[in-house]
Amino acid sequence: MSGWPLDPFGKAVSARGEARLAHPADTPLTRIAVFGGIYSNHRALQAAIEDARDRGAQAILCLGDLGAFGPSPDRTVEILRNEGIPVVRGNYDDSIARGLEDCQCGYTDPRDNHYARISYEYTLANTSPRHREWMTGFPYRIRFRLGELDVLAFHGSPRRMNEFLWETTTPSHFLEGMATQEGADVLLGTHTGIHWSRALDGGRWYVNAGALGRPANDGRQEVWYTMLEVDPAGDGRSLSAEFIPVSYPVDLLADEMRDEGLPVEFIETIRTGWWTTCLEVLPGKERARGQW
Amino acid sequence: MARIELAVLDDAPAVGLQALDELWFQVAGTVCNLRCRHCFISCSPENDSFWFMSREEVAQALEESVELGVKEYYFTGGEPFMNREMEGILADTLALGPATVLTNATLMPQRRARSLAQLAADSMYTLELRVSLDGITQEMNDDIRGEGAFRRCMEGVEALVEEGFLPIITCMRSWPEEDTEHYLEGFRELLGEVGYHRPRIKILPPLLMGEEAERTRGYDETERVTQTMMEGFDESQLLCTRARLVTARGVYACPILLESPSARLGNTVGEAAARPASLKESACYTCYLSGAICSNTPSSAGRDR
Repeated sequence: MSGWPLDPFGKAVSARGEARLAHPADTPLTRIAVFGGIYSNHRALQAAIEDARDRGAQAILCLGDLGAFGPSPDRTVEILRNEGIPVVRGNYDDSIARGLEDCQCGYTDPRDNHYARISYEYTLANTSPRHREWMTGFPYRIRFRLGELDVLAFHGSPRRMNEFLWETTTPSHFLEGMATQEGADVLLGTHTGIHWSRALDGGRWYVNAGALGRPANDGRQEVWYTMLEVDPAGDGRSLSAEFIPVSYPVDLLADEMRDEGLPVEFIETIRTGWWTTCLEVLPGKERARGQW
Repeated sequence: MARIELAVLDDAPAVGLQALDELWFQVAGTVCNLRCRHCFISCSPENDSFWFMSREEVAQALEESVELGVKEYYFTGGEPFMNREMEGILADTLALGPATVLTNATLMPQRRARSLAQLAADSMYTLELRVSLDGITQEMNDDIRGEGAFRRCMEGVEALVEEGFLPIITCMRSWPEEDTEHYLEGFRELLGEVGYHRPRIKILPPLLMGEEAERTRGYDETERVTQTMMEGFDESQLLCTRARLVTARGVYACPILLESPSARLGNTVGEAAARPASLKESACYTCYLSGAICSNTPSSAGRDR
């Protein structure tokens, strides 16, 4: 089900690192589950896959950032590999694959940098070489057709893997210009960790799939993924983007994080639903909704 | 010596605009109610070399900006709230995208903070107030920003926080870099006293120009960006590859180079967007070293590595 492969690399990956989801010709894709940053939360990932199956997703797509705050990064990678879920390259994956010195989030705040460093160094040290090698093959962008809509999936923005597109800092005209430039009906990204969507002109959409790795800074323990659907009975161009909360055994993940010696601040976030680190990049409105 | 200087200037690189992500407005010109000793464009109550922009002038540039795909709008001066049309200007802007105002917060009575909060609530975009505060004590701040500035600024911050804003407190670093943590702690304590318990604080490197050059030192001749320095350099770190500044007297390469005639790139945003910016000014060297310090977050800059 989830294992709709990408076209083999070398044939379909363009010079810009773009791939296409391979479509069986006789099975139009109309319902796809989309996962944002996993951040090594393998328990939420497992729960989300089961939930997406129960809801009849034809395919699952991951938008990248497999590692970060959580424990034992290989567990997340192994689930994705076993399921054959295609992954768009996130900044974290790019850094881990290439062994860069940081996660490319660009923090300047000393406190944010402190925790980002702990998280990154832990993930880099605990991701096995063969999984790092696998990540080097992640495309920057994946295109697919959903009903009659052309969808362009990426991590941050179509132009930059690590660009933050927040709801309150991203003008509609900016997104519409990007959709026109890319010839896409739906722009589909993540990177910020908070899900949102907006209808654009001409029946087009921007959708931020949110993150499975940590809560959405909303005081709830659930994490979120997105179900994109086009009604097959209609003209194939009417999109529904549903954000779906996922419950998972938070206590078990917290125990694992503690056993791995990860900071209590990371554990506090999954327990309380409030972000405690990586706060600098939040715009004022999003930050004011949180507790820290 | 003169020949060497000339050679260096001739060699100054120029960079084109990659995308017009930020549009800045010199909305109060060079008019300010304060007379800070470190001001890089020497703003003051008497400096009218750049005058206020009208709401109509701003609206024209905003209209142009939509087609150009601008992502964020910034307002500076002088002191933006010296402009009587500022709230109307912000209403027009927030209908299109996010707005950031660089202010000294000394003209921020509760009723203004409240009406700004209303403007923010009415928009789907964020309204950021970036407040300049240059010390953790009255003495330290007022030595730079003038007598009474500290107290009035703290009152302004308190009013903003009371209305639900999380202002970005910016401070020009006037201490050795290794002491920064000490000062950050001082700011957190100070801001806590007016009810701001999770402050956003941004420390800026000093720009050695304008009043600051008089106060400390100017740039020396070797502090220039050269062609060689640009090899392998991530150009998107430079604000002029992503932004332009609109003033009442034309459109400039960046908000720092207001007094450099060569930085004036056109009469309209479109004209200025089409022309490359020269990096011959000494302030370009600070931007080169420190990255785009003028933006709210570094993450709005930078390319993938």
